[in-house]
Amino acid sequence: MKPGNEAELAELVAGAAGPLRIMGGGTRDVGRPVDGTALSTAGLTGATLYEPGALTLVVRAGTPLAEVETVLAGEGQRLAFEPMDHRALLGTTGAPTIGGAVAANVSGPRRVQAGACRDFLLGVRFVDGQGRVIKNGGRVMKNVTGYDVVKLMAGSWGTLGVLTELSFKVLAIPETEMTLVARGLSDADGVALLSTALGSPFDVTGAAHLGQGVVEGGARTQVRIEGLAASVAYRRDRLTALLPGVEAVEGADSAALWREVRDVDPFAGQPGSVWKVSVRPSDGPVLCARLGTLVTGAIYDWGGGLVWLRGPEAGDGGASRIRAEVATLGGHATLVRGPEALRRQVPVFPPETAGVATLTAGLQAKYDPRGVLNPGLMG
Amino acid sequence: MQMPEPNASVLARKDRVVARLREALSAAAVISDPAETRAYECDALTAYKCAPMAAVLPASTQEVSAALRICHEEGVPVVPRGAGTSLAGGSLPTADSVVLGVSRMTEVLETNYPDRYIRVQTGMTNLSVTGAVEEADFFYAPDPSSQLACAISGNIAMNSGGAHCLKYGVTTNNLLGVTLVQMDGTVVEIGGAHLDAGGLDLLGVICGSEGQLGVVTEATLRILRKPEGARPVLIGFDANETAGACVSDIIRAGILPVAIEFMDRPCIEACEAFAKAGYPMCEALLIVEVEGSEGEIADQLTRIVAIAEQHKPVALREAGDADEAARIWLGRKSAFGAMGQINDYMCLDGTIPVSALPEVLRRMGDLSAEYGLGVANVFHAGDGNMHPLILYNANTPGQLELCEALGAEILKLCVEVGGCLTGEHGVGVEKRDLMLHQYAPEDLDAQMAVKDVFDPAWLLNPAKVFPLAQSEARRVAAE
Repeated sequence: MKPGNEAELAELVAGAAGPLRIMGGGTRDVGRPVDGTALSTAGLTGATLYEPGALTLVVRAGTPLAEVETVLAGEGQRLAFEPMDHRALLGTTGAPTIGGAVAANVSGPRRVQAGACRDFLLGVRFVDGQGRVIKNGGRVMKNVTGYDVVKLMAGSWGTLGVLTELSFKVLAIPETEMTLVARGLSDADGVALLSTALGSPFDVTGAAHLGQGVVEGGARTQVRIEGLAASVAYRRDRLTALLPGVEAVEGADSAALWREVRDVDPFAGQPGSVWKVSVRPSDGPVLCARLGTLVTGAIYDWGGGLVWLRGPEAGDGGASRIRAEVATLGGHATLVRGPEALRRQVPVFPPETAGVATLTAGLQAKYDPRGVLNPGLMG
Repeated sequence: MQMPEPNASVLARKDRVVARLREALSAAAVISDPAETRAYECDALTAYKCAPMAAVLPASTQEVSAALRICHEEGVPVVPRGAGTSLAGGSLPTADSVVLGVSRMTEVLETNYPDRYIRVQTGMTNLSVTGAVEEADFFYAPDPSSQLACAISGNIAMNSGGAHCLKYGVTTNNLLGVTLVQMDGTVVEIGGAHLDAGGLDLLGVICGSEGQLGVVTEATLRILRKPEGARPVLIGFDANETAGACVSDIIRAGILPVAIEFMDRPCIEACEAFAKAGYPMCEALLIVEVEGSEGEIADQLTRIVAIAEQHKPVALREAGDADEAARIWLGRKSAFGAMGQINDYMCLDGTIPVSALPEVLRRMGDLSAEYGLGVANVFHAGDGNMHPLILYNANTPGQLELCEALGAEILKLCVEVGGCLTGEHGVGVEKRDLMLHQYAPEDLDAQMAVKDVFDPAWLLNPAKVFPLAQSEARRVAAE
């Protein structure tokens, strides 16, 4: 089903006799597989408001991400949260939508400086499990009027409501970008370098380390700076003095380095399960050291706090050991890529403590009392 | 302001409730003498006052949990309180309530510079968090103007902002984790020192829920390295419209100042008379602040000045050094004090799209004339968060009501042009009855459903945020 407007969509949800599989462009096949009728938001397209001078964009949920980025680029602006494109990693096809990016709360390398997808989301309209159209937030940057259901919707993977319209804070594309690259560092040394960079006053907008064996030429540690040309040149000099052995990469070559990290490209087409782990930055290398040969590659983004792990496909895909180690450090692990059978066998999303699980179940029961919206997807 | 009738059976059980609280905490941590509970009768919205039945000042998460469990068992409403600086009546008690203050919980629990976070008890003041990490040149970014006094617990409850949130975001963008005690005493850990939720973003909805979902006793906050320097430029215009257009052009040019503050003529005049900062007399003033090294600051200010000059400013003053920077900020920072000198005032907090600035200022002027009350404007222009100050005389009968009516009209205007009722102060009791101007009943229903889940008994921070008629069915069902 692919409704052409919000009212039609609301009617379809209200009239649903069984589970619905909510999707945007269908490129983010993550979570426990949902057995249900497909309901796509891809028919809800187009920007309804764009005010570059107020840094505000309001857009329908099914609008292709590429279209959003083109519209913004026309005014020299962008989505600063740098949403990941899951297609290569998951082997999916189709056009990622802006609604899908929000439903998954996907945030790229700039998360460490600018914030997550949810931080740029100013307002939502969505259809709840009973087919009611709900709005929350608005189109202005500062808004504390009532509860922030906007945040709750970001990253809820269509389990609380079907997103129909979203407002964003957007930002200008900076004049210049540059990446400082170090080679051959151990994971611990790489992440230590990233901590130094992020703890400097030089406004680093990306901090990643690709461990040994992930890309050609050995381990690669990279730090991004963006801004006015003179400012980038100044910060390059200061950071080069602070970070031993780094070399500058500019322009399109710099951008390519970050697209690779954002989309977890090195793991695309490689066998194995792929885990997304969120921990304290300095715990990233500790985790990998403890997991030893269970993982065959690690990409550290967010200064070390986001670790992409390539694990086994067999057995439980590494779930019990990865989660046991993450639990001792504090954080969580999500199985982003794995065969359907594995995703039915182990929880894809991090198991919750009893208290949190009660709250989650309570919210899902309130927003979708009949359990028709992506039931079971989040476990 | 309508408040629910105090529950007579709760009032009748006061002695038992107080005795149980004293047993669970310590005698000194429970205040029940009416002479002393009066200290908790209001917050910074002093127009409304009601002493609570009792107040408790627990010293730990365990004590908060014990106190809440007792109140839950006894069916006693609880009003959480940070430092009591809410401008919206966010911690206004009801006569049958127990105020739970976190003012004794002021410890730093952990500081971690390599991972850039601090974990604190939430009774700490906003400024003391920055104070705790200053030794390493770090800071906590959200900076509400009450930061010397306001507590982190209240910042989280109201999702507080500040002058510098154009660049650094508000509380929710800088909050990593909380220890939340629910009304029935259950303690849950949400988030941590890592980024982002693994499941639903509960942290996101807890922040800004005005103490109605639970009491946050501990928080993990993101800390940032201080910039090398910061410097403002002062720009005067002969019309509000021109100043508004200049703000828009600066933003469009891709320069992201850390702050863009706006003052209109009534405010400039009052500030000048009070602080003598040497402000030029004109219709509108902008203070634009940028950060970085000396060179970076100069580069950004050059660009900002070039943009401003296209709008023919009547005054333009760059701060050459720290002294001049302080002078530029002096008037702005004393704005509220200056207003207080000449009159009583009510501070509003609506947000509007930046593009609507000229229209809103013009219509606000019309409303001001219609109601016969002066309105001065000083606000965060970069993000459209306005703070109109309505001047009135509290001693003149009827003026408070007139002032509130004008305030309501101005907030409705903010909503009409695409904005909202409150940008950073919160709804509290002050804007509760305006909520239906911004949200449809089903929108409020979706918000109240969150409270149903976290606080099914509807005992936490009663009569805030939602119009009483909207929440009545739920409150009755919960009893």
